[in-house]
Amino acid sequence: MNWDLLVYITEKFYEDLVTDSFKNMRRLLLGIVGLTMLIGGCAKTSQENISRLDVLRNRNELICGVSGKIPGFSFLGSDGSYRGLDVDICKAFAAAFLGDSTKVQYRPLTAAERFTAIKTGEIDLLSRNTTFTLSRDSSGGNGLTFAPVVFHDGQGLMVKRESQITNIEGLANKSICVGSGTTTEQNINDEFEALSLPYTPIKYQDLNQVVAGYLQGRCSAMTSDRSQLAAARSGFANPQDHIILDDVLSKEPLAPASDGRDHKLADAMRWVIYALISAEEQEITKSNINEKVQIARDNPQLKPLRRFLGIEGDLGEKIGLSNNFVVNVIKSTGNYGEIYNRHLGLSSEVPIPRGLNELHINGGAHISPPFN
Amino acid sequence: MKQFNKLYFQLALLAAVFILLAILINNLTINLSRAGLEFSFSWLYRPASFALAEHPLPYSPSDSYAWALFMGWLNSLKVIIVSLFLATCIGVFMGLARTSNNTILNFTSAIYITIIRQTPLLLQLMFWYFVAFLGLRDNTFTPLKGILSISNQGIELLGLNLSSEFSALLFGLSVFAGAYIAEVVRGGILSVSTGQWEAFRSLGLPESSGLYKIIIPQALPAIIPGLTSQYLNLAKNSTLAIAVGYSDIYAVNDTVINQTGRAVESFIILLVSFLILNLIITNGMEIINRMTLNTNKYQ
Repeated sequence: MNWDLLVYITEKFYEDLVTDSFKNMRRLLLGIVGLTMLIGGCAKTSQENISRLDVLRNRNELICGVSGKIPGFSFLGSDGSYRGLDVDICKAFAAAFLGDSTKVQYRPLTAAERFTAIKTGEIDLLSRNTTFTLSRDSSGGNGLTFAPVVFHDGQGLMVKRESQITNIEGLANKSICVGSGTTTEQNINDEFEALSLPYTPIKYQDLNQVVAGYLQGRCSAMTSDRSQLAAARSGFANPQDHIILDDVLSKEPLAPASDGRDHKLADAMRWVIYALISAEEQEITKSNINEKVQIARDNPQLKPLRRFLGIEGDLGEKIGLSNNFVVNVIKSTGNYGEIYNRHLGLSSEVPIPRGLNELHINGGAHISPPFN
Repeated sequence: MKQFNKLYFQLALLAAVFILLAILINNLTINLSRAGLEFSFSWLYRPASFALAEHPLPYSPSDSYAWALFMGWLNSLKVIIVSLFLATCIGVFMGLARTSNNTILNFTSAIYITIIRQTPLLLQLMFWYFVAFLGLRDNTFTPLKGILSISNQGIELLGLNLSSEFSALLFGLSVFAGAYIAEVVRGGILSVSTGQWEAFRSLGLPESSGLYKIIIPQALPAIIPGLTSQYLNLAKNSTLAIAVGYSDIYAVNDTVINQTGRAVESFIILLVSFLILNLIITNGMEIINRMTLNTNKYQ
């Protein structure tokens, strides 16, 4: 868009408006035509069928949408940098796409902003506690596409220990603090309707307000994903005074998302996540990756390992990445288990038992298709 | 000839404006359909499947999105109308206090106006909600037994239950707008020449009746236009309800956008509903304005 030209034409346009004479009419009309063409031109410039993968490569930076407010997932650390599981997923993408996990720009987004941010191209992809659902994934719904699940969560309820509430029936006719514009809001409604229990939802725009409303006693309970409840509780003055009820209201598989029309980016994202899981299955870690590469080089008979690490074949190129993208990813973030333990492990600040987030071989739900 | 040129020019200008508008709308629809978001309002009739804490008319989650949005609009209207009334009372009282000779009244009013005008409204709303109301915790404050009781669940006045969200928004908006209205009132009163004050005093009228019969009628034409903009500001500021968990039209819209992904349509609905609301306020004030001008003419 040529701004100087636009400014010039606009000035001419107004000059002509002022003089108001027949001679200037032609110039005026020319001005109008010029303006019209310029504005018409705007419509065409932004929409071409280029994959975001190429766009972000040209920019040499990945713009990743995060929450920025959930300890353990994405949270601003004391040194001013973002930290957490979602943040490490962004880093893994940057390592795979650009070969450098530091080339990420984080955009903190609210729940309501996040989908528009993808559709308008403000961000390349979303790694922000987003639940994978049919309507969000479909072209008739939000028009996104989801990468594999990075965290299996479920919606829960937290109450004060002194309230003596032990199950969901105990919350009949009570008010419940809930974040607006999330699946949480719909799930709590479905659950209470199914049980024919009346309740009052007090809706706030973000989790911090939900927490404040709950702690100040406006509501008897607060509801959110169990991971978020645990994260919020870790910041309370007396975490032991609050209990998370055993009722699980929903499946909340959290997954990164991108624009549904961009298949190239979606494929690349999908296999970066699978690479993290597959690396854990094969016990390839940040500390032994160089060793594993050496083993693969020295032993031509280890075909699957050689293909996985990009020493043989062209798996990376097939999804628009370099063949050694797995090596870049593991070198910067480690495998899925390492990421999990770093941010949500039992010795971390927000300990959440792995449960469903174990590998399938250990009784969890994470499994990677073969790298063939 | 000159007349003809003028007409020609105006027609061309009109055409240009129309072409511009048409191009912009065309742009929007083309880009929306490219993004797979064809313009449609049919989703308005689908069930909303979310609950609302407050609804002036019967509402259940199986009602349509349209009905849910209408409930949000009514909630907005409710808080706006009550705040308009309360803000006007506060504003007029504080404005009169600011111009009075009573030092204590004058000083109190000056402090109120200064504090309220120098701090952001969002902060004030947060203060009213999280500190003033929710800060009560489990204590119930009963200044008048059986008539008024205040707790973190809200205000109970003569059997009328006001939720803490509504009350916080109501007080926040009224106190904020009241400070601006007070300044408008003061400006209007100061616009009446001191000769008028001296005149009614020399006639032996007491201060209060002089103020109501002589000064205020003459100040009104200067007050009303300023008052109208303060009312419009108040109506628009009510969208900050989302910060204190009140289900106004903006908050309902937020949920609707997230569930349907229809951001453009929802924002158009939001824009139109505020346009209607503010047109009602502007026209109502215009009528009041004409009435005051007419009474002055015939006096």
